[in-house]
Amino acid sequence: MRLFQSVPERFRRTSGSEKSVVPPTGFTAQLTLFSAAAMAFLAVFALALSQASGRLADRWSAELARSATVRINAPKDQIDAQTEAVMKVLKTTVGIAEARVIGKDEQQALLAPWFGPDLPLDALPLPQLIEVIEDETGYDSDGLRQRLAAETPGAVLDDHTRWRKPLVKAADRLRSLGLISIILITLTMGAMIALAANAALAANAQVIRVLRLIGARDAFIVRAFVRRFTLRAVGGALVGTALGMVSVAFLPAASTAGGFLTGLGFRGWNWFLPLTIPLLAGLVAFWATRWAAFRRLRELT
Amino acid sequence: MIELENVSYNYGGGELLSNVSLNLAPGSFHFLTGPSGAGKTTFLKLCYMELRATAGHVQAFGADVRSMGRDDIARARRRIGVVHQDCQFLDHLPISENIALPLAVSGQSTSAEADNLDDLMQWVGLKRRAHALPAELSGGERQRAALARAVIMSPDVILADEPTGNVDWEMSKRLLSLLVELNRMGKAILIATHDLNLIRTAKSQVNARVLRIKDRHLQLAGADL
Ligand SMILES: Nc1ncnc2c1ncn2[C@@H]1O[C@H](COP(=O)(O)OP(=O)(O)OP(=O)(O)O)[C@@H](O)[C@H]1O
Ligand SMILES: [Mg+2]
Repeated sequence: MRLFQSVPERFRRTSGSEKSVVPPTGFTAQLTLFSAAAMAFLAVFALALSQASGRLADRWSAELARSATVRINAPKDQIDAQTEAVMKVLKTTVGIAEARVIGKDEQQALLAPWFGPDLPLDALPLPQLIEVIEDETGYDSDGLRQRLAAETPGAVLDDHTRWRKPLVKAADRLRSLGLISIILITLTMGAMIALAANAALAANAQVIRVLRLIGARDAFIVRAFVRRFTLRAVGGALVGTALGMVSVAFLPAASTAGGFLTGLGFRGWNWFLPLTIPLLAGLVAFWATRWAAFRRLRELT
Repeated sequence: MIELENVSYNYGGGELLSNVSLNLAPGSFHFLTGPSGAGKTTFLKLCYMELRATAGHVQAFGADVRSMGRDDIARARRRIGVVHQDCQFLDHLPISENIALPLAVSGQSTSAEADNLDDLMQWVGLKRRAHALPAELSGGERQRAALARAVIMSPDVILADEPTGNVDWEMSKRLLSLLVELNRMGKAILIATHDLNLIRTAKSQVNARVLRIKDRHLQLAGADL
């Protein structure tokens, strides 16, 4: 501050050419700042949403794709024989890494959360379950189904696609919605800045006229406006992004046991992603203002 | 340097200027007279390329104005100093900055020209008012400032629209002598004015030609002054 005061007033006021040729406009400046901040805030959430749903989709498709279950419904006395037959089929099927009979204990553990630990498993007509893990190449599920049907009428292959597909689809859709939101937010911000720039250009028509008359090139005039709006957009977006990131960071953590929601947030290096928002805002403001300014200048001599 | 050849102009309600020709050569000194509304300001606007001739050709520094791009026009305007009838300042900047503005927009350092600016402000008697805003100046002070801004780039051509409309006779003579001085340095000068005294005084100092717009045409007014 002291440094500034020691600079002679005249020097300070005559330097910095295009900075001062446009009169300051408090109101549009504040509106632009606010819009940029709000849009950046929303963009952080859209980004967090698409990140989280992306993770969800990846995890579901990865985990569920690798495993399948064969369920054997048969009278009690035939179960063991059928299980053996199924295991034989599975062992000779190409693309299956492992097939494992799920024992009574394990079945009990699986069901305990729903029916309590004291479930009399023996009394229930529970099917026998066999877990099938596929290897890298994978197996032909239709072929396997046909072979199972031929050998053991009570065996049903459940490769989870039935309920996995819609879930993964939903998560993928959620991710695209997040991305579409980001695109829309970007375009809206561009539109708002173009509108604000247009208003500023209209309000300063006389200034622009005078500048042209004394020999200013379009680029000089455009620079004065672009500089201003880019700085405002970046400033606003920095504030909005910071607030958005803080809000995301302090979201209550989703239950880890359920794992159904992976938590709306960023993981690891993904925390750097929202930092691109102010950059993007600056770029958008730069181009939107340039476009608006050159368009308007073409109407003058 | 600026040449009009059979130029006509029409704002839309009939021709205002017809078949006008003029060559502003280096070192020439012209006065432009005519009744109010005759088209003097319009004529000057054709010269500094704010208006495009509806017929005929305008050349600026050897280039046909019609073929010039926006940047070419901007660059040509830096070589033409204009005193506008209504001054045309940036109202939010102090007058000293307004005068230095042509330097700033053409990318020249205003601090390097600070001495020049000081002298010029002194010349037009505005040194004490350097930090005033245009709105705070009197009509005559504004016109002096406008003249200072017109000449700060040391342009090849100076066009002045009623530059002495609001100043007293002493100041008029002073401004005229500045223009005469510049003319002797080889600049082409064109002054639109009603002030016959000014024309007479100028004629005693330089070889000035007096043009008159009459019935849409540009005539050379002769010895009748
Ligand atoms: N932008 C415009 N649109 C339509 N008509 C115009 C425009 N500007 C000027 N005119 C008309 O053209 C005529 C000439 O105007 P101009 O300003 O050139 O006159 P002038 O000779 O400079 O007059 P004065 O001595 O009063 O300054 C006037 O009748 C004016 O009304
Ligand atoms: Mg006029």
